[in-house]
Amino acid sequence: MCPYYYQPMDIRHIEAVDGEIVRGHLSFILNGDIQQVDNIPGDMTLLAWLRQTQGLTGSKEGCGEGDCGACTAVIARKQPDGRLAFTAVNSCILLMGMIEGCAVITVEGISAPDGMLHPCQQAMVAYHGSQCGFCTPGFVMSLYAAWCNGAGLDEIEIEQTLAGNLCRCTGYRPIIDAGRSLECQGMADWERQQHEVLSGLLDHIRHDEMIEIEAGGKRFSIPHTASEFARCVAEHPQAVIVAGATDIGLWITKQHRQMNHMIWTGYVREFHQIVTEENRLILPPAVTHQQAMAVLGDHWPAIKSLLVRFGSVQVRNSGTVCGNIANGSPIGDLPPALIAARASVRLRHADKERTLPLESFFIEYGKQDRQQGEFVSAIEIPLDAAPHLKCYKLSKRFDQDISAVMMAANITVDDGIITDAVLAFGGMAAIPKRAHHTEQALIGQRCELANFAAAAANLIQDFTPIADMRGSAEYRLQAAQNLVKKYGLEITGIALVALADRDAAKQLVS
Amino acid sequence: MQDAQGHIRQPVAHDSAVGHVSGTAKYIDDLAMPANTLELLIAQSPHAHARILDMDLDAVRAADGVVKVLSAQDIPGINDCSPLAGDDPVFAEDIVSYAGQSIFAIAATDMASARAALAHARINYEPLPAILTIDEAMAAGSFLGPAAVIETGMVDDALADSLHRLDGEIVIGGQEHFYLESQAAYAIAGEGNDIIVHCSTQHPSEIQHKIAETLGLANHDVTVITRRMGGGFGGKESQGNLPAIIAALAARLTGRPAKIIYDRDDDFRLTGKRHDFKIGYQVGFDQTGRINAVIFDQAMRCGMSWDLSEAIAARAMCHADNAYHIEHMRITSHRCKTHTQSNTAFRGFGGPQGMVGIERVIDAVAHHLGMDPLDVRKRNFYPHKLAAQHGTTPYGQQVHDCILQDIISELEHTSDYKKRRNEIEAFNADQGVIRRGIALTPVKFGISFNTSFLNQAGALIHIYSDGSVHLNHGGTEMGQGLNIKIAQIVAHEFQIPLRVVKITATSTGKVPNTSATAASSGTDLNGMAAQRAAQTLKQRMAEFLAQQAGIDPVQVSFADNQVIVGTDRRGFADAVRQCYLGRVSLSATGFYATPKIHWDKSRLAGRPFYYYAYGAACSEVAVDMLTGESRILRTDILHDVGKSLNPAIDIGQIEGGFVQGAGWLTTEELVWGEDGTLLTHAPSTYKIPACSDRPIIFNVRLFEQGENSEETIHRSKAVGEPPLMLGISVFLALSDAIGASADGAIYPALDAPATPERLLMRATALGESIG
Repeated sequence: MCPYYYQPMDIRHIEAVDGEIVRGHLSFILNGDIQQVDNIPGDMTLLAWLRQTQGLTGSKEGCGEGDCGACTAVIARKQPDGRLAFTAVNSCILLMGMIEGCAVITVEGISAPDGMLHPCQQAMVAYHGSQCGFCTPGFVMSLYAAWCNGAGLDEIEIEQTLAGNLCRCTGYRPIIDAGRSLECQGMADWERQQHEVLSGLLDHIRHDEMIEIEAGGKRFSIPHTASEFARCVAEHPQAVIVAGATDIGLWITKQHRQMNHMIWTGYVREFHQIVTEENRLILPPAVTHQQAMAVLGDHWPAIKSLLVRFGSVQVRNSGTVCGNIANGSPIGDLPPALIAARASVRLRHADKERTLPLESFFIEYGKQDRQQGEFVSAIEIPLDAAPHLKCYKLSKRFDQDISAVMMAANITVDDGIITDAVLAFGGMAAIPKRAHHTEQALIGQRCELANFAAAAANLIQDFTPIADMRGSAEYRLQAAQNLVKKYGLEITGIALVALADRDAAKQLVS
Repeated sequence: MQDAQGHIRQPVAHDSAVGHVSGTAKYIDDLAMPANTLELLIAQSPHAHARILDMDLDAVRAADGVVKVLSAQDIPGINDCSPLAGDDPVFAEDIVSYAGQSIFAIAATDMASARAALAHARINYEPLPAILTIDEAMAAGSFLGPAAVIETGMVDDALADSLHRLDGEIVIGGQEHFYLESQAAYAIAGEGNDIIVHCSTQHPSEIQHKIAETLGLANHDVTVITRRMGGGFGGKESQGNLPAIIAALAARLTGRPAKIIYDRDDDFRLTGKRHDFKIGYQVGFDQTGRINAVIFDQAMRCGMSWDLSEAIAARAMCHADNAYHIEHMRITSHRCKTHTQSNTAFRGFGGPQGMVGIERVIDAVAHHLGMDPLDVRKRNFYPHKLAAQHGTTPYGQQVHDCILQDIISELEHTSDYKKRRNEIEAFNADQGVIRRGIALTPVKFGISFNTSFLNQAGALIHIYSDGSVHLNHGGTEMGQGLNIKIAQIVAHEFQIPLRVVKITATSTGKVPNTSATAASSGTDLNGMAAQRAAQTLKQRMAEFLAQQAGIDPVQVSFADNQVIVGTDRRGFADAVRQCYLGRVSLSATGFYATPKIHWDKSRLAGRPFYYYAYGAACSEVAVDMLTGESRILRTDILHDVGKSLNPAIDIGQIEGGFVQGAGWLTTEELVWGEDGTLLTHAPSTYKIPACSDRPIIFNVRLFEQGENSEETIHRSKAVGEPPLMLGISVFLALSDAIGASADGAIYPALDAPATPERLLMRATALGESIG
């Protein structure tokens, strides 16, 4: 079928389990072609659907957990301002219900109408960017997303764009060169026209109503308003709430859990809207890390530099801030940073909402203060100035890695005296946790390097870290103590080069 | 001139590049398969070492979607998938020997059914004591065979007589291949005993032979086809046997097509990796840094069976000298048997570990004498190829092609080594949080399989009556650009455009009895075989056309897509047509066996290598002394590929090899639990380099004067493995950086991989305090 044209829509409604009348199929665009599909199990991934049902085998499975990028596809959505936004995603852990109303573009769908390779593909050929070729479609699609968004791809941006794509053959240099060669190329007319048509098609398929798909006893509910979502969650307390599926996707692909019913946050428009209320920044459930990065970065540069190393573009494009909190991972990077920023979490049950400090949301490993039928409805962060907020992430690899130790620190200094301190750690306990003894050792002291070094000794009272494949207990404790010292160095005005920041490390090159 | 594009020495793109970027290049799981194709899942042992008391799989058989359950009793032939030794069962019987081992397989209509059925297996085990590490194996005397020794000179006397002596040890971690395409095979049973298997393998012939053996068939019943692999790196030399055998068995027993695609975690848990080593050393040297004697004790973790460990041990021993002529040397190899994955080939094949050993020794010697390690290296190189007298390796091969002096002096100059070392010393003198380090290290790598008989290859070329050329050879494409190089060789031979030469899938039905595409030998062997096939065809054409024109065949030549017969020129296709009408055979095989090599496996002596490949890298790093984080600031590489057949492909191998080698020695860490289960079994926990890990400045050049002194294909040199060992420069630069922390008083004695944890803990142990 010739893509990129309008087709009549055939909207089919079904009676949902609870008797409501809902739309019973997904509508989306695949490589320019409108698709309406039903009879899809709620746990089916986009990659499985593409490869197994559509014969689109260009997207590869390299890991099935969103860590290698070989499955990268691009999702295009309409922004509130009418522009198209193109996001690279790991299709291996993206669930089919999550592409409702979107355009999916795969490596098979980007060449010119006359069959010529897309500039991103041409560049990869011209610069010898492929060897075995298995990772290549993923690299092409990551570049393609950046290209479509009109990013001026300098070296640093390309590195960030490609941090979630692993290549075992090339050593990356030719791929980076291919990406850089795109910087000075303009988009051809055919592609602009294609985007215009795509924009129209997206309007054409958008229908504001609740959707539910099901097959093989696996249901995926897609509420479209906040109240509908809250009601759905309250009525189905056993259902799993899914946001970006960057974690839940792995429950399916890696742990092979049976997921009989999932309810998705992402179709609710107001769940995407970041707002400011009474000097507090409110991040509702569907705000992705990538979306949050820009806003958080404006207020807290330290959190931005952390988020740049959070997962990868693909992970940040899917994963959400609220989801990261709700899952309560002890090694999550964001909770310590948000605790240090004195964030709160809002929990909603039907129409009732409560708010609690983020740090008290985490109770013990795998257990959060969230009742059945409740969901994390927002993260609130006070927009107070936090000039001393800093984040430190230690991992084996700089990019796309999980912390062995993560520290976010935020002190208040008044007339040279530390009057308040938050030191929040990840990787040091079963939950993201503050180092209260160490904090107390700092409070009341002069803001001098020696006092940080002395306070660091208290960490041993705060934590008994575990040993695992990411690091030994001794290393974690030693590194955590050193991070407190490092914070002290920086707070007392000693400029340090963060090796994690490749651009900053350039100044060291002789 | 247009038609000459794509001939040898030109930077032609990979033949599948367009297929790669458009997603049309097919890998095993992308092949169109009939709807009744079965999917296979291997049930794995949860124990490292245990006796299987009883196994009840009835409920698995009865589960929805399950078509067949395969276990040891279902194998009509021999229950073995090992490459050589006969010690790797396809399905464990009685005893399981590592956590992750294959016990049985489920053939189901779909993977979800297979996974669901797996939970229904009832297996009772009696756990047995497991030996997991090198230390445990050494203590328990658990070896695959007696220790192997290579010895030259009067080692003990020379050591005793040396002015200075040092001893120490280094632990070197293993490495997961992490080819992006996991192990994969797809089998179709045909009529009679016929079976066709598409497989992602470096060794189609071995898979053919092993399938015949396990299924009780003759080799001629089995055809194995490999179009391409999504990466191999040695991990698909023997490790493809198991999945291919299981797929073939399922297809044979059910009559339905069957595919097996390892899930990434299963791939990690099932397959062998690069051997981890513990190398003890004693070295004797003089005041100038000249090394007189070295004793190495190489203990390597082989895992539960031999796999290729005997040959890997031999290569590790044969590279324990790297580039250095050491008169008195003893290398002892302990092949430790453990209850872990059976370790296997990985780019370098033991060479890298052997080389890390001697480079560590050099570094320690330099530290002891307060010398620049580069000066110690230079002091000990094998004599230059133009020297009056050449050096002999501990295994008895004369090194008559050494060009390291040239490479090192050029690289030292272009990398500005001396000046930067001084700058770094000044920088580190401030004792700041960031320390820098630099190292310039050489590579000398022996080219040829050290098992001599493997050094043979075949090719098959058809010319069709329209003048198009069908090229086939015994090598396999894993991304290294073997096919494009051989197509260039053939296009060059016929003087026809590259597009006229069609590259086709490797098939045991076309070229038989092939060796693995391994040991960097793919182009050397198969390129030569293809050239000979082309030459045979040219000769036949020339004889016929000369006869027709009444001239001598020497007056026939091929140029510019034409055949010149005396004074007459005609297009290549016309000439082919004329030969066809004249009933000339337009199909020919070519065969090549590497000359001059011999190896006495019992004495570990001979000339195992046809020649050596050389290269050097200078790397500079920075280490954060508070966190152990590190970054490669700059790497300069000068590498010898002889006369390059395709400079773009060769540069790609060098850069990729370097980054892979650096990854092995820095971020890539395999961790097993105390129960012997592999804890790092996915990219979430096992960290290969990402794009920002490549050096900030990365200068890679081919050694322009390079030319193979042996008569290899167009005087090129093998390039697959040697560059991996350029990554050793990063490891030693890291050691240099943390060594600067304790005023140089104590040698850092860093183990690999140099993760942030190892760097921080070593730096801390060296007595460093900051702030």
